[in-house]
Amino acid sequence: MSTPKDLKFSESDEWIKVKGSTALIGITDFAQNQLSDIVYVEYELDIDDDFEKDETVATIESVKAAADIHAPIAGTVLEINETLIDNPEHLNDDPYGSWLFKIAIDEPSELDALMDAETYDRFCEDRGE
Amino acid sequence: MFTPHTDAERKEMLTALGLNSIEELFSDVPQQFRFPALDLPKGMNEMFVREYVEGFSQANISTKEFICFLGAGAYDHYIPSAVDSILRRGEFFTAYTPYQPEISQGTLQTIFEFQTLICNLTSLEVSNASHYDGATAAAEACITAYSHFHGKRKKILLSSAINPQYREVVHTYLSGIQDVTIETIGDGQNSLPDPFAIEGSIDENTALVMVQYPDFFGRIYDFSNLIEKAHQKGALVCLIVNPTALGLLKTPGEMGADIAVGEGQPLGIPLSFGGPYLGFIAAKKELVRKLSGRLVGETVDKDGKRGYVLTLTAREQHIRREKATSNICSNQGLMALAATVYMSLLGKTGIRQVSNLCYQNAHYAAQKITQLDGFKVLTSEPFFHEIVIQCPTSVEHINHHLLEEGILGGYALESIYPDLKDCMLLAFTEKTNKEVIDVLCDILKESNHD
Repeated sequence: MSTPKDLKFSESDEWIKVKGSTALIGITDFAQNQLSDIVYVEYELDIDDDFEKDETVATIESVKAAADIHAPIAGTVLEINETLIDNPEHLNDDPYGSWLFKIAIDEPSELDALMDAETYDRFCEDRGE
Repeated sequence: MFTPHTDAERKEMLTALGLNSIEELFSDVPQQFRFPALDLPKGMNEMFVREYVEGFSQANISTKEFICFLGAGAYDHYIPSAVDSILRRGEFFTAYTPYQPEISQGTLQTIFEFQTLICNLTSLEVSNASHYDGATAAAEACITAYSHFHGKRKKILLSSAINPQYREVVHTYLSGIQDVTIETIGDGQNSLPDPFAIEGSIDENTALVMVQYPDFFGRIYDFSNLIEKAHQKGALVCLIVNPTALGLLKTPGEMGADIAVGEGQPLGIPLSFGGPYLGFIAAKKELVRKLSGRLVGETVDKDGKRGYVLTLTAREQHIRREKATSNICSNQGLMALAATVYMSLLGKTGIRQVSNLCYQNAHYAAQKITQLDGFKVLTSEPFFHEIVIQCPTSVEHINHHLLEEGILGGYALESIYPDLKDCMLLAFTEKTNKEVIDVLCDILKESNHD
């Protein structure tokens, strides 16, 4: 799967898609592949909750592991993708089409510290993928 | 020889703990009990050993010969012979929860049936494969609630009309969760605790409200309103239930409770010096991901045949690691089997009959004891199968008298509830019929005159 060019990436394998002052957050293809079959998404935050950069915002359970999802930047939750609660496998099938949160961005400059697609691909290769 | 750790590894572990020797690990054990010299007699042959040990066992008294009015959490019910004969089949002889469905269909099916029966009894949607006892199940319910709110609600409210041992276990169990506060509410002055006093303490920081039903003193309350009020504040409610009582009474599910836990010992498990017993926990379906312990589910194999497997294991400790709600990765297999056989054998009608007999016997006793000079029944109506009586003399004195007549008396409440001086908690089951209650009353009467 090719890595979409319009996204930014964190070292803990989350992607963020910026649209004006809001953004969508999800997990990368590398992340879903490492986790294998995802069976459950647990949201740690509710709508209107504020969160810091690197805060645990959700936990994803697969048949072999449970992983925390960290916020790539600080913000406020605008929407939660509830379809993932009943269909967590969407994260495996379409990781870049399945967002977890829609957020309001606190500090746009925090985006600068994230990786672009090319850098993220190299980052994954270095980890043996 | 099996040597799990080398000396070097032991030293490394001790250094990490900041200790110098393995002996220091045992510093919490009082000095005189640490490493005692074992002054053992010379070896004996089997015949002498048997005689010697049987000599000891003669000192025991059992509810086979004695009439038992002691309850307070464990009850002397009749156990049908079929329970033991099925329980003792070699096929069931394992303490472990089976995780290999290909070789464990029988055990998995009995656990599935246990879960179904517990759900039917409590009118809740999901039950786990069982816990070690009622008190640990109660503690697990607290952790389930805390975890349900992602640790954002930090208060657990316990009614002081909950079995004191359960409350102690909850405190011990939750001591590792730093930011939880446990409040015990409802201490009545010179009277029995008020179970509804807890209502005023429910707020937006409350994760769980826990009450007992029937309560520790045998009283029955409809908690529907309390549950509704707790839900208005967003809190969960857990009822600690007596399974026998549920044969007759409104169920936790019918009252709207989120979780029900209880001690399964009354369901075909002997008193046995206090264990092994059986804990159960059932909950609304929305809590299933946070439920402790193991779950067995029904499925079909590749040929479409019905089969049973452990399910939702991803929420358990071996996958979720430190993020798991609970550390329990096992169940109380044999005892759950005993309860399953007991409940299946009695059926809905049988459990109701047992429940009704307990209720009727307790009410007969209460009415008789009220008429005795110097004795007072403190438990208010409605009650199930336990009552608090206030005695004219010390409980110890009365129990001593009863024991001489082959009767195990009640539980002395004063040590836990100082206001309840000379008060005794008496339990009645289908075994304590009218005849033995009359004997009890005669002895109580005599004990007041000497």
